[in-house]
Amino acid sequence: MNASSTRDFLVGLFVLAGLLALAYLSFSIGGLQYKGTGGLTVFATFDQIAGLKPKAPVEIAGVKVGQVTAIRLDDTYRARVDLNLDKDLRLPVDSSAAIVTAGILGDRYIQLSPGAEGSFLQPGEQIAYTESALVMERLIGKFLVNVGDKPTQQDGETPKEIP
Amino acid sequence: MAVLLRRLGHFVGNVIEGLGYIAAFAGHIVAVTVRPPLRWREFLDELFKVGVLSILIICVSGLAVGMVLGLQGYNTLVRFGAENSLGAVVGLSLIREMGPVLTALLTTGRAGSSVTAEIGTMKATEQLDGLRMMAVDPIDYVIRPKAWAMAVAMPLLSALFIVMGIGGGYVVGVGLMGIDSGTFLSSLENAVDFHDDVAGSILKSVIFGTLVGLISTYRGYTATPTSVGVSAATTSTVVLASVSVLIFDYFITALWGV
Repeated sequence: MNASSTRDFLVGLFVLAGLLALAYLSFSIGGLQYKGTGGLTVFATFDQIAGLKPKAPVEIAGVKVGQVTAIRLDDTYRARVDLNLDKDLRLPVDSSAAIVTAGILGDRYIQLSPGAEGSFLQPGEQIAYTESALVMERLIGKFLVNVGDKPTQQDGETPKEIP
Repeated sequence: MAVLLRRLGHFVGNVIEGLGYIAAFAGHIVAVTVRPPLRWREFLDELFKVGVLSILIICVSGLAVGMVLGLQGYNTLVRFGAENSLGAVVGLSLIREMGPVLTALLTTGRAGSSVTAEIGTMKATEQLDGLRMMAVDPIDYVIRPKAWAMAVAMPLLSALFIVMGIGGGYVVGVGLMGIDSGTFLSSLENAVDFHDDVAGSILKSVIFGTLVGLISTYRGYTATPTSVGVSAATTSTVVLASVSVLIFDYFITALWGV
Protein backbone atom coordinates (compact mmCIF):
# COMPACT_ATOMS: atom_id res chain seq x y z
CA MET A 1 0.00 0.00 0.00
CA ASN A 2 2.83 2.34 0.90
CA ALA A 3 4.74 1.55 -2.28
CA SER A 4 1.55 2.08 -4.24
CA SER A 5 0.87 5.50 -2.75
CA THR A 6 4.46 6.62 -3.43
CA ARG A 7 3.98 5.48 -6.98
CA ASP A 8 0.73 7.39 -7.29
CA PHE A 9 2.44 10.47 -5.93
CA LEU A 10 5.17 10.19 -8.57
CA VAL A 11 2.59 9.69 -11.32
CA GLY A 12 0.77 12.77 -10.08
CA LEU A 13 4.02 14.70 -10.06
CA PHE A 14 4.79 13.55 -13.62
CA VAL A 15 1.37 14.59 -14.92
CA LEU A 16 1.63 17.93 -13.14
CA ALA A 17 5.12 18.59 -14.54
CA GLY A 18 3.97 17.63 -18.05
CA LEU A 19 0.91 19.88 -17.84
CA LEU A 20 3.03 22.76 -16.51
CA ALA A 21 5.42 22.29 -19.42
CA LEU A 22 2.48 22.30 -21.86
CA ALA A 23 1.07 25.42 -20.23
CA TYR A 24 4.45 27.16 -20.39
CA LEU A 25 4.75 26.32 -24.10
CA SER A 26 1.19 27.40 -24.85
CA PHE A 27 0.81 30.56 -22.81
CA SER A 28 4.25 31.97 -22.16
CA ILE A 29 6.02 31.00 -25.38
CA GLY A 30 3.09 30.38 -27.73
CA GLY A 31 1.37 33.59 -26.67
CA LEU A 32 -2.02 31.92 -26.29
CA GLN A 33 -4.31 34.39 -24.58
CA TYR A 34 -7.60 33.92 -22.90
CA LYS A 35 -9.71 36.11 -25.13
CA GLY A 36 -12.52 37.94 -23.45
CA THR A 37 -14.98 39.42 -25.90
CA GLY A 38 -12.39 40.21 -28.58
CA GLY A 39 -10.81 43.58 -29.15
CA LEU A 40 -11.57 46.68 -31.15
CA THR A 41 -11.78 45.58 -34.78
CA VAL A 42 -11.30 48.27 -37.40
CA PHE A 43 -10.05 48.19 -40.97
CA ALA A 44 -8.00 50.33 -43.32
CA THR A 45 -7.42 50.22 -47.07
CA PHE A 46 -4.06 50.69 -48.72
CA ASP A 47 -2.86 51.05 -52.31
CA GLN A 48 0.16 48.88 -51.65
CA ILE A 49 0.88 46.62 -48.70
CA ALA A 50 4.10 45.12 -50.08
CA GLY A 51 4.62 42.09 -47.93
CA LEU A 52 2.52 42.94 -44.89
CA LYS A 53 1.37 39.63 -43.39
CA PRO A 54 -1.47 38.60 -41.10
CA LYS A 55 -0.38 38.67 -37.44
CA ALA A 56 1.94 41.59 -38.12
CA PRO A 57 1.97 43.92 -35.10
CA VAL A 58 0.15 47.23 -34.94
CA GLU A 59 1.99 49.89 -32.97
CA ILE A 60 1.42 53.35 -31.64
CA ALA A 61 4.63 55.17 -30.72
CA GLY A 62 6.43 51.83 -30.74
CA VAL A 63 4.03 50.20 -28.30
CA LYS A 64 2.20 47.13 -29.62
CA VAL A 65 -1.54 47.70 -29.43
CA GLY A 66 -2.87 44.93 -31.67
CA GLN A 67 -2.29 42.88 -34.77
CA VAL A 68 -3.34 42.40 -38.38
CA THR A 69 -6.02 39.73 -38.55
CA ALA A 70 -6.83 39.51 -42.26
CA ILE A 71 -5.78 40.98 -45.61
CA ARG A 72 -7.89 40.83 -48.75
CA LEU A 73 -8.64 42.72 -51.94
CA ASP A 74 -11.72 44.93 -51.81
CA ASP A 75 -14.09 45.86 -54.65
CA THR A 76 -11.97 48.81 -55.75
CA TYR A 77 -8.80 46.71 -56.04
CA ARG A 78 -7.24 48.15 -52.92
CA ALA A 79 -5.90 46.07 -50.08
CA ARG A 80 -8.27 45.90 -47.14
CA VAL A 81 -6.47 45.16 -43.89
CA ASP A 82 -8.44 44.14 -40.79
CA LEU A 83 -6.90 45.14 -37.48
CA ASN A 84 -7.67 43.76 -34.05
CA LEU A 85 -6.70 46.33 -31.43
CA ASP A 86 -6.72 46.28 -27.65
CA LYS A 87 -10.26 46.43 -26.34
CA ASP A 88 -9.81 49.52 -24.20
CA LEU A 89 -7.91 51.50 -26.83
CA ARG A 90 -9.71 54.72 -27.80
CA LEU A 91 -8.59 55.87 -31.21
CA PRO A 92 -9.67 59.30 -32.54
CA VAL A 93 -11.59 59.14 -35.83
CA ASP A 94 -8.96 61.15 -37.72
CA SER A 95 -6.12 58.78 -36.83
CA SER A 96 -3.95 57.53 -39.67
CA ALA A 97 -2.32 54.18 -40.43
CA ALA A 98 1.00 53.69 -42.19
CA ILE A 99 2.79 50.53 -43.27
CA VAL A 100 6.41 50.83 -42.20
CA THR A 101 9.40 48.55 -42.16
CA ALA A 102 11.53 47.52 -39.22
CA GLY A 103 15.02 48.38 -40.48
CA ILE A 104 15.65 48.58 -44.22
CA LEU A 105 14.65 45.07 -45.17
CA GLY A 106 12.91 43.97 -41.98
CA ASP A 107 9.37 42.84 -41.34
CA ARG A 108 6.53 45.20 -42.12
CA TYR A 109 4.16 46.38 -39.46
CA ILE A 110 1.46 49.01 -39.12
CA GLN A 111 2.06 52.23 -37.30
CA LEU A 112 -0.94 54.21 -36.12
CA SER A 113 -0.75 57.94 -35.55
CA PRO A 114 -3.60 59.09 -33.31
CA GLY A 115 -5.48 62.15 -34.50
CA ALA A 116 -6.89 65.03 -32.51
CA GLU A 117 -10.67 64.65 -32.89
CA GLY A 118 -12.79 64.29 -29.79
CA SER A 119 -14.83 61.34 -31.11
CA PHE A 120 -13.43 57.85 -31.26
CA LEU A 121 -13.50 55.01 -33.79
CA GLN A 122 -16.21 52.44 -33.16
CA PRO A 123 -15.77 48.69 -33.82
CA GLY A 124 -16.08 47.90 -37.55
CA GLU A 125 -15.25 51.43 -38.70
CA GLN A 126 -12.55 52.42 -41.14
CA ILE A 127 -9.30 54.27 -40.52
CA ALA A 128 -9.68 56.80 -43.33
CA TYR A 129 -6.17 58.17 -43.63
CA THR A 130 -3.56 55.67 -44.76
CA GLU A 131 -0.05 55.73 -46.07
CA SER A 132 1.01 52.84 -48.25
CA ALA A 133 4.17 50.82 -47.97
CA LEU A 134 7.31 52.05 -49.64
CA VAL A 135 8.55 49.50 -52.14
CA MET A 136 12.32 49.55 -52.08
CA GLU A 137 12.68 48.25 -55.66
CA ARG A 138 10.43 50.99 -57.01
CA LEU A 139 12.34 53.68 -55.11
CA ILE A 140 15.64 52.41 -56.49
CA GLY A 141 14.11 52.29 -59.98
CA LYS A 142 12.99 55.93 -59.72
CA PHE A 143 16.36 56.97 -58.39
CA LEU A 144 18.16 55.29 -61.29
CA VAL A 145 15.86 56.94 -63.84
CA ASN A 146 16.50 60.33 -62.28
CA VAL A 147 20.26 59.83 -62.23
CA GLY A 148 20.15 58.67 -65.85
CA ASP A 149 18.28 61.81 -66.88
CA LYS A 150 20.73 64.31 -65.39
CA PRO A 151 23.51 64.29 -68.01
CA THR A 152 21.02 65.15 -70.78
CA GLN A 153 20.04 68.28 -68.84
CA GLN A 154 23.64 69.36 -68.46
CA ASP A 155 24.13 69.09 -72.22
CA GLY A 156 21.86 72.07 -72.56
CA GLU A 157 18.88 70.26 -74.00
CA THR A 158 15.39 70.92 -72.80
CA PRO A 159 14.95 69.42 -69.38
CA LYS A 160 12.75 66.39 -69.38
CA GLU A 161 9.85 66.23 -67.06
CA ILE A 162 10.53 63.94 -64.21
CA PRO A 163 7.51 61.90 -63.41
CA MET B 1 7.00 -12.36 -64.34
CA ALA B 2 3.93 -14.17 -63.14
CA VAL B 3 5.88 -15.30 -60.08
CA LEU B 4 6.89 -11.73 -59.29
CA LEU B 5 3.34 -10.51 -59.70
CA ARG B 6 2.09 -13.28 -57.46
CA ARG B 7 4.64 -12.33 -54.83
CA LEU B 8 3.66 -8.68 -55.07
CA GLY B 9 0.01 -9.59 -54.75
CA HIS B 10 0.77 -11.80 -51.78
CA PHE B 11 2.77 -9.02 -50.13
CA VAL B 12 0.08 -6.38 -50.65
CA GLY B 13 -2.55 -8.81 -49.45
CA ASN B 14 -0.52 -9.46 -46.30
CA VAL B 15 -0.06 -5.75 -45.62
CA ILE B 16 -3.76 -5.04 -45.99
CA GLU B 17 -4.63 -8.06 -43.87
CA GLY B 18 -2.22 -6.88 -41.17
CA LEU B 19 -3.72 -3.38 -41.21
CA GLY B 20 -7.15 -4.93 -40.86
CA TYR B 21 -6.04 -6.94 -37.83
CA ILE B 22 -4.52 -3.84 -36.20
CA ALA B 23 -7.71 -1.88 -36.88
CA ALA B 24 -9.82 -4.63 -35.34
CA PHE B 25 -7.43 -4.70 -32.37
CA ALA B 26 -7.73 -0.91 -31.95
CA GLY B 27 -11.50 -1.19 -32.22
CA HIS B 28 -11.45 -3.83 -29.50
CA ILE B 29 -9.42 -1.53 -27.21
CA VAL B 30 -11.85 1.33 -27.79
CA ALA B 31 -14.81 -0.99 -27.19
CA VAL B 32 -13.49 -2.19 -23.80
CA THR B 33 -12.54 1.36 -22.83
CA VAL B 34 -16.10 2.64 -22.97
CA ARG B 35 -17.27 -0.37 -20.96
CA PRO B 36 -16.93 -0.24 -17.14
CA PRO B 37 -15.01 -0.98 -14.94
CA LEU B 38 -12.55 1.85 -15.49
CA ARG B 39 -9.39 -0.07 -14.36
CA TRP B 40 -7.91 3.15 -12.95
CA ARG B 41 -5.42 1.27 -10.76
CA GLU B 42 -3.86 -0.60 -13.69
CA PHE B 43 -3.75 2.57 -15.77
CA LEU B 44 -1.87 4.48 -13.06
CA ASP B 45 0.66 1.65 -12.69
CA GLU B 46 1.27 1.65 -16.43
CA LEU B 47 1.55 5.44 -16.50
CA PHE B 48 4.23 5.09 -13.83
CA LYS B 49 6.18 2.60 -15.95
CA VAL B 50 5.79 4.43 -19.25
CA GLY B 51 5.86 8.03 -18.02
CA VAL B 52 7.67 8.45 -14.72
CA LEU B 53 10.44 5.99 -15.51
CA SER B 54 11.04 7.73 -18.87
CA ILE B 55 11.43 11.19 -17.38
CA LEU B 56 15.15 10.92 -16.82
CA ILE B 57 16.06 9.83 -20.36
CA ILE B 58 13.66 12.39 -21.85
CA CYS B 59 15.02 15.28 -19.80
CA VAL B 60 18.68 14.42 -20.35
CA SER B 61 18.13 13.92 -24.09
CA GLY B 62 16.11 17.12 -24.33
CA LEU B 63 18.83 19.11 -22.61
CA ALA B 64 21.54 17.62 -24.84
CA VAL B 65 19.55 18.21 -28.03
CA GLY B 66 18.78 21.79 -27.02
CA MET B 67 22.42 22.50 -26.24
CA VAL B 68 23.57 21.07 -29.57
CA LEU B 69 20.90 23.09 -31.39
CA GLY B 70 22.09 26.19 -29.59
CA LEU B 71 25.69 25.56 -30.55
CA GLN B 72 25.04 24.59 -34.17
CA GLY B 73 22.43 27.29 -34.63
CA TYR B 74 24.72 29.94 -33.22
CA ASN B 75 27.65 28.92 -35.43
CA THR B 76 25.46 29.01 -38.53
CA LEU B 77 23.55 32.18 -37.68
CA VAL B 78 26.63 34.15 -36.72
CA ARG B 79 27.85 33.94 -40.32
CA PHE B 80 24.84 35.98 -41.39
CA GLY B 81 24.99 38.23 -38.35
CA ALA B 82 21.64 36.81 -37.29
CA GLU B 83 22.64 35.25 -33.98
CA ASN B 84 19.86 37.22 -32.31
CA SER B 85 17.38 34.81 -33.91
CA LEU B 86 18.86 31.86 -32.03
CA GLY B 87 15.83 31.66 -29.75
CA ALA B 88 13.51 31.32 -32.74
CA VAL B 89 15.68 28.64 -34.36
CA VAL B 90 15.96 26.53 -31.21
CA GLY B 91 12.34 26.97 -30.19
CA LEU B 92 10.74 26.34 -33.57
CA SER B 93 12.81 23.29 -34.45
CA LEU B 94 12.18 21.76 -31.02
CA ILE B 95 8.47 22.50 -30.92
CA ARG B 96 7.60 21.65 -34.50
CA GLU B 97 9.78 18.61 -35.15
CA MET B 98 12.38 17.43 -32.73
CA GLY B 99 10.32 17.40 -29.54
CA PRO B 100 7.50 15.13 -30.71
CA VAL B 101 9.62 12.94 -33.00
CA LEU B 102 12.61 12.34 -30.73
CA THR B 103 10.35 11.79 -27.73
CA ALA B 104 8.38 9.19 -29.70
CA LEU B 105 11.57 7.42 -30.81
CA LEU B 106 13.07 7.46 -27.30
CA THR B 107 9.85 6.29 -25.70
CA THR B 108 9.56 3.50 -28.26
CA GLY B 109 12.97 2.25 -27.26
CA ARG B 110 12.56 2.86 -23.54
CA ALA B 111 8.95 1.84 -22.92
CA GLY B 112 7.42 0.43 -26.11
CA SER B 113 9.88 -2.44 -26.29
CA SER B 114 9.30 -3.38 -22.66
CA VAL B 115 5.52 -3.29 -23.17
CA THR B 116 5.88 -5.74 -26.06
CA ALA B 117 8.27 -7.97 -24.12
CA GLU B 118 5.96 -8.02 -21.12
CA ILE B 119 2.84 -8.90 -23.08
CA GLY B 120 4.76 -11.39 -25.22
CA THR B 121 6.13 -13.15 -22.15
CA MET B 122 2.66 -13.26 -20.62
CA LYS B 123 1.49 -14.91 -23.79
CA ALA B 124 4.41 -17.36 -23.89
CA THR B 125 3.82 -18.38 -20.28
CA GLU B 126 0.07 -18.74 -20.95
CA GLN B 127 -0.91 -16.00 -18.52
CA LEU B 128 -3.20 -14.47 -21.12
CA ASP B 129 -4.88 -17.84 -21.54
CA GLY B 130 -5.19 -18.03 -17.76
CA LEU B 131 -7.03 -14.69 -17.75
CA ARG B 132 -9.36 -15.97 -20.46
CA MET B 133 -10.04 -19.07 -18.37
CA MET B 134 -11.24 -16.74 -15.61
CA ALA B 135 -13.48 -14.95 -18.12
CA VAL B 136 -11.26 -11.84 -18.01
CA ASP B 137 -10.65 -10.30 -21.40
CA PRO B 138 -6.83 -9.83 -21.63
CA ILE B 139 -7.34 -6.90 -23.97
CA ASP B 140 -9.44 -5.25 -21.30
CA TYR B 141 -7.21 -6.10 -18.36
CA VAL B 142 -3.67 -6.08 -19.80
CA ILE B 143 -3.62 -4.26 -23.14
CA ARG B 144 -5.95 -1.35 -22.54
CA PRO B 145 -4.09 0.30 -19.61
CA LYS B 146 -0.76 0.00 -21.45
CA ALA B 147 -2.04 1.47 -24.72
CA TRP B 148 -3.76 4.36 -22.95
CA ALA B 149 -0.77 5.07 -20.72
CA MET B 150 1.41 5.43 -23.81
CA ALA B 151 -1.05 7.79 -25.52
CA VAL B 152 -1.40 9.95 -22.40
CA ALA B 153 2.27 9.99 -21.44
CA MET B 154 3.59 10.96 -24.89
CA PRO B 155 2.37 14.59 -25.06
CA LEU B 156 3.52 15.20 -21.48
CA LEU B 157 6.96 13.71 -22.14
CA SER B 158 7.22 15.68 -25.37
CA ALA B 159 6.41 18.93 -23.56
CA LEU B 160 9.07 18.15 -20.95
CA PHE B 161 11.56 17.38 -23.72
CA ILE B 162 10.85 20.70 -25.45
CA VAL B 163 11.10 22.75 -22.27
CA MET B 164 14.38 21.07 -21.33
CA GLY B 165 15.63 21.63 -24.89
CA ILE B 166 14.77 25.32 -24.78
CA GLY B 167 16.56 25.46 -21.43
CA GLY B 168 19.62 23.83 -23.00
CA GLY B 169 19.56 26.25 -25.93
CA TYR B 170 19.24 29.14 -23.49
CA VAL B 171 22.21 27.94 -21.45
CA VAL B 172 24.42 27.68 -24.53
CA GLY B 173 23.18 30.83 -26.28
CA VAL B 174 23.02 33.16 -23.30
CA GLY B 175 25.54 31.59 -20.95
CA LEU B 176 28.23 30.43 -23.34
CA MET B 177 27.85 32.59 -26.44
CA GLY B 178 26.81 35.78 -24.73
CA ILE B 179 23.54 36.51 -26.49
CA ASP B 180 21.40 38.90 -24.52
CA SER B 181 18.88 37.04 -22.38
CA GLY B 182 15.99 39.28 -23.41
CA THR B 183 16.95 38.98 -27.09
CA PHE B 184 16.87 35.20 -26.90
CA LEU B 185 13.51 35.04 -25.16
CA SER B 186 11.79 37.71 -27.24
CA SER B 187 12.96 36.11 -30.48
CA LEU B 188 11.58 32.81 -29.16
CA GLU B 189 8.26 34.29 -28.11
CA ASN B 190 7.80 36.29 -31.30
CA ALA B 191 8.50 33.31 -33.55
CA VAL B 192 6.34 30.76 -31.79
CA ASP B 193 2.59 30.92 -32.16
CA PHE B 194 0.16 28.70 -30.30
CA HIS B 195 -2.10 27.86 -33.21
CA ASP B 196 0.64 27.44 -35.80
CA ASP B 197 3.29 25.67 -33.76
CA VAL B 198 2.35 24.50 -30.27
CA ALA B 199 -1.05 23.03 -31.18
CA GLY B 200 0.57 21.09 -34.03
CA SER B 201 3.26 19.83 -31.70
CA ILE B 202 0.66 18.53 -29.25
CA LEU B 203 -1.31 16.94 -32.09
CA LYS B 204 1.79 15.19 -33.32
CA SER B 205 2.75 13.80 -29.95
CA VAL B 206 -0.80 12.54 -29.31
CA ILE B 207 -0.82 10.75 -32.68
CA PHE B 208 2.65 9.31 -32.07
CA GLY B 209 1.65 8.15 -28.58
CA THR B 210 -1.41 6.37 -29.94
CA LEU B 211 0.66 4.84 -32.71
CA VAL B 212 3.44 3.58 -30.45
CA GLY B 213 0.96 2.30 -27.87
CA LEU B 214 -1.03 0.45 -30.51
CA ILE B 215 1.97 -1.08 -32.26
CA SER B 216 3.78 -2.18 -29.10
CA THR B 217 0.71 -3.81 -27.55
CA TYR B 218 -0.34 -5.41 -30.84
CA ARG B 219 3.11 -6.85 -31.45
CA GLY B 220 3.20 -8.31 -27.95
CA TYR B 221 -0.32 -9.68 -28.21
CA THR B 222 0.36 -11.41 -31.53
CA ALA B 223 3.89 -12.57 -30.63
CA THR B 224 4.74 -16.20 -31.31
CA PRO B 225 4.63 -17.71 -27.81
CA THR B 226 8.27 -18.77 -27.70
CA SER B 227 11.39 -17.00 -26.48
CA VAL B 228 12.45 -16.43 -30.10
CA GLY B 229 8.99 -15.12 -30.90
CA VAL B 230 9.03 -12.63 -28.02
CA SER B 231 12.44 -11.32 -28.97
CA ALA B 232 11.37 -10.99 -32.63
CA ALA B 233 8.22 -9.14 -31.55
CA THR B 234 10.25 -6.70 -29.43
CA THR B 235 12.61 -5.97 -32.32
CA SER B 236 9.71 -5.56 -34.68
CA THR B 237 8.01 -3.09 -32.32
CA VAL B 238 11.05 -0.83 -32.25
CA VAL B 239 11.52 -0.99 -36.03
CA LEU B 240 7.88 -0.64 -37.00
CA ALA B 241 7.05 2.05 -34.44
CA SER B 242 10.12 4.16 -35.29
CA VAL B 243 9.53 3.96 -39.03
CA SER B 244 5.83 4.69 -38.78
CA VAL B 245 6.48 7.64 -36.46
CA LEU B 246 8.83 9.15 -39.04
CA ILE B 247 6.46 8.47 -41.95
CA PHE B 248 3.45 9.83 -40.07
CA ASP B 249 5.52 12.87 -39.14
CA TYR B 250 6.04 13.64 -42.80
CA PHE B 251 2.36 13.31 -43.62
CA ILE B 252 1.15 15.31 -40.63
CA THR B 253 3.57 18.08 -41.58
CA ALA B 254 2.54 17.93 -45.23
CA LEU B 255 -1.20 17.86 -44.54
CA TRP B 256 -1.50 20.33 -41.68
CA GLY B 257 1.69 22.30 -42.17
CA VAL B 258 2.92 21.99 -38.60
